[in-house]
Amino acid sequence: MNAILEVLKATIPAGTPLLLGALGEIYVERSGILNLGVEGIMIMGAVSAFGVTAITGNVWLGVILSALIGGGMSLIHAFNSITLKANQTLSGLALTMLGLGLSGLIGKRYIGMPLPNKIYNLPILGLKDIPLLGPVLFDQDPIVYISYILAFVFWFFLFNTRFGLELRSVGESPDVADSAGIDVFRIQYLAVFIGGIMAGLGGAYLSVFYAPAWIEGMTAGMGWIVLAITIFSLWRPERAVVGSYLFGGIRVLQYKLQPFGISPNILNMLPFIFTILVLMLASKEISRKKISAPSSLGIPYFREKIT
Amino acid sequence: MTRRYSNSFLSILVIILGFLAVYLISGVRPDIILKSIVISAFGSVYGLSETLTKSIPLVLCGLGLSLSFKASIWNIGAEGQLLMGAVGATWVVLYLMPNAPRLILILAMFLMGAILGGIWALITAILKVKFNLNEIIVSLMMNYIAIEFVNYLVYGPWKSPYEWGFPYSTKFPLSAQLSRISDTRIHYPTLILAIILAISLYIVLNKTKLGYEIRVIGDNIEAARYAGLDIPKIVLVVLLLSGGLAGLAGVGEVAGIHHRLRVASGISPGYGYTAVIVAWLGRLNPLLIILVSFLFGGLLVGGDAIQVSLGLPGATINFVNGLILIFVLVQSVSKARISYVRKRKK
Amino acid sequence: MEKILQMKGITKRFGNIVANDKIDFELNRGEIHGLLGENGAGKTTLMNILYGLYLPDEGEIYINGTKVDIKSPHDAIEFGISMVHQNFKLIQSHTVVENVALGLRDTRFFYPTRLIEKKIKNFSQKYNFKIDPNTPVWQLSAGEKQRVEIIKAFCRDAKIFILDEPTTMLTPNETRELFRLLRLLKEEGISIILITHKLDEVIEVCDRVTVLRGGKKVDTVEIGKVDKEELTRMMFGQDIVLKGRDRYMGNFGEDLALEVKDLTVLNDKGLVAVKGVSFDIHRGEILGIAGVSGNGQKELIEAITGLRKAIKGSIKILGEDVTNMGVKEILNRRVAHIPEERVRMGIVPSMSLEENAILKSYDKSPFSNGLMLDHGIISGYAKELISKYGISALDEKVPAGTLSGGNIQKLILARELSVSPILIIASHPTQGLDVRSTRQIHELLLRKKEEGCAILLVSEDLQELINLSDRIAVMFNGSIKGIMDIDRVNIEEIGALMVGV
Repeated sequence: MNAILEVLKATIPAGTPLLLGALGEIYVERSGILNLGVEGIMIMGAVSAFGVTAITGNVWLGVILSALIGGGMSLIHAFNSITLKANQTLSGLALTMLGLGLSGLIGKRYIGMPLPNKIYNLPILGLKDIPLLGPVLFDQDPIVYISYILAFVFWFFLFNTRFGLELRSVGESPDVADSAGIDVFRIQYLAVFIGGIMAGLGGAYLSVFYAPAWIEGMTAGMGWIVLAITIFSLWRPERAVVGSYLFGGIRVLQYKLQPFGISPNILNMLPFIFTILVLMLASKEISRKKISAPSSLGIPYFREKIT
Repeated sequence: MTRRYSNSFLSILVIILGFLAVYLISGVRPDIILKSIVISAFGSVYGLSETLTKSIPLVLCGLGLSLSFKASIWNIGAEGQLLMGAVGATWVVLYLMPNAPRLILILAMFLMGAILGGIWALITAILKVKFNLNEIIVSLMMNYIAIEFVNYLVYGPWKSPYEWGFPYSTKFPLSAQLSRISDTRIHYPTLILAIILAISLYIVLNKTKLGYEIRVIGDNIEAARYAGLDIPKIVLVVLLLSGGLAGLAGVGEVAGIHHRLRVASGISPGYGYTAVIVAWLGRLNPLLIILVSFLFGGLLVGGDAIQVSLGLPGATINFVNGLILIFVLVQSVSKARISYVRKRKK
Repeated sequence: MEKILQMKGITKRFGNIVANDKIDFELNRGEIHGLLGENGAGKTTLMNILYGLYLPDEGEIYINGTKVDIKSPHDAIEFGISMVHQNFKLIQSHTVVENVALGLRDTRFFYPTRLIEKKIKNFSQKYNFKIDPNTPVWQLSAGEKQRVEIIKAFCRDAKIFILDEPTTMLTPNETRELFRLLRLLKEEGISIILITHKLDEVIEVCDRVTVLRGGKKVDTVEIGKVDKEELTRMMFGQDIVLKGRDRYMGNFGEDLALEVKDLTVLNDKGLVAVKGVSFDIHRGEILGIAGVSGNGQKELIEAITGLRKAIKGSIKILGEDVTNMGVKEILNRRVAHIPEERVRMGIVPSMSLEENAILKSYDKSPFSNGLMLDHGIISGYAKELISKYGISALDEKVPAGTLSGGNIQKLILARELSVSPILIIASHPTQGLDVRSTRQIHELLLRKKEEGCAILLVSEDLQELINLSDRIAVMFNGSIKGIMDIDRVNIEEIGALMVGV
């Protein structure tokens, strides 16, 4: 029983960077833009958060800066895909390469460096004593709590506010949104920017809270898993919560199985194999429920069509 | 006219900002980095020979990817397909037919490399065709799986007892080592193979029925459906060929250079990803890809050099690749798009 | 009369084409103003300029006497202008109320749809029709979708409504309902611009009409003071006589080219789109299928051409059962298919004209030997088609996507008809084309019929169907209602069948 609780408790932080990234990417894709640069943005978030924290000793300064850097970096993709209407797949890949490269350059001096201050869990009095759920959900670090709130906020804003309506409309059919007087480009820029902030935060969580350390290439494909979770979530924040913790669980399992003599390389394959399985499940559900990705996903929007 | 200027202006801006970033972070002057890259890659016979050596896998992977991209299939899995090719070659040499005569052994290595690389890509193709999965994510996942698989082999079952505990497979016998040009590392059989395949691919794309089908699917899949093309079959064939080409690159690396299987990062410093840029910069044209591969081979050599001489991390070259990809992207933005941007600004 | 809108000297060019040439247009408060003209006369362009979708190259716009700059639909909406497009600007997956809320600028940030739900209910009560605000739009009929558009305009407090060809997608009944609603709105002081090319509608519902021809304004006249003949003259520039063609009633022979029996087909959503349809076509005969789009025509054609599986029934070509065969197998039985969406489906835009010419036969001799393509023969063949079908193109190497709509359609026809087909499936073959191309295409189809082809012609244009068909069937809600000989056709009956009476 205790062992299971322990796994569940470890699952939440392992899934948190994925959740943060996926919430952001859901907004990006809901606006009709495909950002394949999540991996690159996450790792930039990771290195900048670690660097700032190491230099200033202030974790929150690191977190905020990494969010801004993530947002700023995503603007490159926004400019490419929204303003220039260039190929979104290539632009995303470019962003990933930029991020992996730049983070390696920046992070060289931080390799092996410890953080000046350790982050402790912040149990929430009252809630943490709820049997079973309490210690799993409410004996965690502050960012985990923030991610709970963000998941709710992202869900609420998407389906119950003017902004959410406009966002969903732009991704479904930008020409309709445009003719309704909505500034398609502004919404798309904003969505991509939010996505960048969230991916940056996810990276920051990884290096400052989860690890906590800087390792070159430490995202190791998490950005791509975020994209898979986005599909699995059917572009709904509430389902991204489920997807992220599933992957978090796989990650925990990976460590828990190591003492049993299974090759670590084989265990390392697990999340990637699991990604493919999850995508297959999502695909089945998508065709069964006749739902689809935002209709204009990845298609640049041109207003003036000359025929 | 203004269009071309604003286009070039943006591209140049990208490069300048990029180098500025490198300077600010590393404190190394960009002109020194550039000079170091150019001199190490193209400034000596040794440099040129290394550049050529590194361009071989780029040509093969670039060709494979260009075939996929031409059909609008986003195969980003050349890295994994290359590694599986390396596994295939090693399997043949060390386990399947270690005592075969040289010619047969080499042919068998290339064949098995192409088959394993092809099958690796075929998994992506089947998941795309049967389950409608996004091939970008799947092919990337397959890369990670291939990397772990290679590492598993060299740390586990295929680890050599004679290598002082290093994660190496047993060394290939001389009969399985590809010939090289005098004392360079240019394994010319692979190079010749790559050039022949580039020319063949050019002919396939432009002069054959299959090439026609690939181009139709790539440009308008609805029209392909309407005209009765067997789309699933063509997707499978394209990815099989695409993966097979990358698999050949893997054979070349283990049989021509390392003479053993080793950890994934030792076999490929990311040839499969660099090849994505090579394919696009070569405009998916097989002949142009040869040329572009040579430039990027030089970039990889230069990347190694600046690690040693200037103390920059290996990832720097990733950054440069990213910059170049954005550069390509901005350049390829079509006429209509830029004129649209200008109209909006007005 | 109070002038609510004036457009002065509006000019808009697309490349070398002048779509609007110094057009003046005036609109009074509380009138229904027809904007009449053929396809391509410049009506939609002019209104897109008014709605801020296009920027004019020259000219000025005044609203209530003040000069305004309309740079985007947003601006237009601010000035009280609303447009109901021919293709509804609705988001299929959103509900009615979400679609209406989207078009309003002043909704609350939180729960933006709550107040509007009530507004919609009020509106539908006031004007006496039914609509559920929480239905997803894809479940609505065309008429209902149009009402959503009108509610949108109404909720925005628009003073000027632009309706672009509002009756194209409607049944006669729905059209009557629409006109009733427009008259009520007019009573409330709303000004309505009705873009149309249908004379009868203009005479029935408009107060004044402005006629455009070839991008230029002909005149603005009051409806009471002109008759149908005069308007026709203004529209076409000369007297044209609407008479039946000289019909070729050749010996069809006994051969049935196409037999469809009890055919049932599902649509993309898995619902029954074609319900037990049966009909046949002889060689040398044209069977027209009338009906409002979305009543199963698309699925019927896709089943016959092999693009969609039939779940019941049979399809025979020249007596041979071809049910659920692949596209290629059906193609090989000499079936030509002129698709509904010609650019999306009919051509590969970036490939050359010559490569498009062999899209259906690239794998056959003499173009291919099974492995290689013979570009010499292909290019000669393409040149032949270009001259034979009068396709205007620089040469056979230009990308097909650079051709005009009419030339793309001619290229498709050239390709499809050159296989000497037994059966031609033509879906909306002249939709959106100019008069000249339309006439050429009609002549081509009639010639093929004389040569003994069987033709299945699906169209929304009743005039086209009457001019070409030997028999007309009406498709409604997935079923075929009555097939009548052309001699015994009457429009009222077709109209009634289209609504499913």
